[in-house]
Amino acid sequence: MKVLVVGVSSAIAKLVVDQLLAAGHEVEGIDRREWAKAPIVVHTVDIRKRAAEEVFRKLRPTAVVHMGTVTSLVMPGEERYRINLGGTRAVFDHCRAYDVAHCVFVGRHTYYGAASDSPLFHTEDEPPMALSSFPELADLVAADLYAGGALWRFPELHTTVLRLCYSLGPSGHGTLGTFLRGSRIPTLLGFDPLFQFMHEVDAAAAIVRTLERRTRGVFNVVGPEPMPLSILIRETGRHSLPLPEFVYSMALGRFGLPKLPPGALGHIKYPVVVDGSAFARETGFAARFDTTKAMSDYRAAFPPKTS
Amino acid sequence: MAITPFGDSIEERIGRLEIPFNRYGVDQYGTSRAHLKWMYGFFGLLYRHYFSVKVYDIDRVPDRGRAMLVGNHSGGIAIDAAMVLAACFFEKNPPRLAQSMIEKFLNKIPFASLWAGRTGQFTGLPEHAVRLLEDDRLLLVFPEGARGTAKLFTERHSLVDFGTGFVRLALKTRSPIIPFGFLGGGEAMPTVANAYTLGKLMGVPYIPITPYGLPLPLPAMMQVRFGEPLMFAGDGTEDDEVVIGYVDEVKRSIAKLIADGRTPQPALLNARSSVVPGSSSVEASAR
Repeated sequence: MKVLVVGVSSAIAKLVVDQLLAAGHEVEGIDRREWAKAPIVVHTVDIRKRAAEEVFRKLRPTAVVHMGTVTSLVMPGEERYRINLGGTRAVFDHCRAYDVAHCVFVGRHTYYGAASDSPLFHTEDEPPMALSSFPELADLVAADLYAGGALWRFPELHTTVLRLCYSLGPSGHGTLGTFLRGSRIPTLLGFDPLFQFMHEVDAAAAIVRTLERRTRGVFNVVGPEPMPLSILIRETGRHSLPLPEFVYSMALGRFGLPKLPPGALGHIKYPVVVDGSAFARETGFAARFDTTKAMSDYRAAFPPKTS
Repeated sequence: MAITPFGDSIEERIGRLEIPFNRYGVDQYGTSRAHLKWMYGFFGLLYRHYFSVKVYDIDRVPDRGRAMLVGNHSGGIAIDAAMVLAACFFEKNPPRLAQSMIEKFLNKIPFASLWAGRTGQFTGLPEHAVRLLEDDRLLLVFPEGARGTAKLFTERHSLVDFGTGFVRLALKTRSPIIPFGFLGGGEAMPTVANAYTLGKLMGVPYIPITPYGLPLPLPAMMQVRFGEPLMFAGDGTEDDEVVIGYVDEVKRSIAKLIADGRTPQPALLNARSSVVPGSSSVEASAR
């Protein structure tokens, strides 16, 4: 299979490339960011630009994995909208124009949002109910829905939308890995939500499995069972710093805390837990690593600072 | 170490619950062994030393498998739920974790949210109910909702409107309904009025006002009377008229259990009765 990975310089995408190469597939990548010593050809172009279309024209991939979306944590503002929506549209346009057989859009389980009245174990048919409290998620949700719309708009293109839970592992990348980076993790006093995460190697394996099985549809992808945040913090060798919500809100962007949109607090207050059984049924996917391995690998790569 | 009426410890009984705790002592819903220990320790004190709770026909609660405990609310705050949880844990052998469907507002309150989640008490959403029942858990449902706990002292033995959702869930998941009548909640919290505006300011539906001012329960006598399990035919897609008929049957059954509790009981001949340490007791009615 000839696979083009869009957003190839992210940590999970690199693992996807490794696993695809190991399975004997031909792989190339697109990313605005450099990937030093990449084992594949990486086209350092913006997916929305003409040069990216040239890559599709010349390579004629049989499958495309779109991992080129960004969250509000790494890119605030208007540009994020353009990347997520314009980029996703460009990927699907090029897939259709150059007869790509299978397009996999890699989204996030935070699509469903976190709210006090959200159910545990969201299924794929649930709408994104918590957007009102976290409008900065809107572009990612819209990109997810746009990709899902390809299932009926472009029936000739085999489309898969994956909503991956958080990943954790030695790369330390991703929302959860970044959140856990310090030695004291600020939490909300009186709240201890369940966090759902999988080992980053398993996250990549799920994407590769999707390509190999040519699975079609919208799927949540999870690893082992979710874990309370307090245990996650403890097992990665960190300490919890519980703050009342009003203190937390005021402290954001100060004292070394990241500047988060107010809606992001919902994600450390209420759980976003999804049901991954449909994907497991469809593909036979089962995580190789348990939560202990994911947490211990992260801890080994990012040992807690000792004072 | 707290000792239960069966002579074992709370920890030992938690170990006998049919909950698949992982190596960190939590299940897939986040129910935590450590938090359950604290909860049952506290509820056990209330159950055995503060209130005087009598439990009838606890053997009608199945030892395992899915079931829905459906009962009446009273008592300003959910003391009744706490005592039913305690009864299913301390009086049943093997013990069972009853999982309430709690009011949505509780999840917004710091610590209440944390403790509810860690002790297996989840927001009353159909998705939660179906998932827990399909996982063969024991669900605790008060179809009267907050209107039930808001009953005044004079209304304590009445039943307000029941929704129909719980019967549809039971039909859909093929779960038996075990009706129960709870008495004593109104005596523990003799509500003379409810302060709705004050409640709204504090993020709760209302604050119960008692003759002594504080919304704190008195050490009252209580009864939990379990009725015969009810199993209805259907798959949850029946017309409202059919479902309302089933709801009325559950309601009648609960009303009868409450009436039985208000009737002075003659000595129970041929009754299997075990008086447990403390002031609570469990009895099986003569049949």
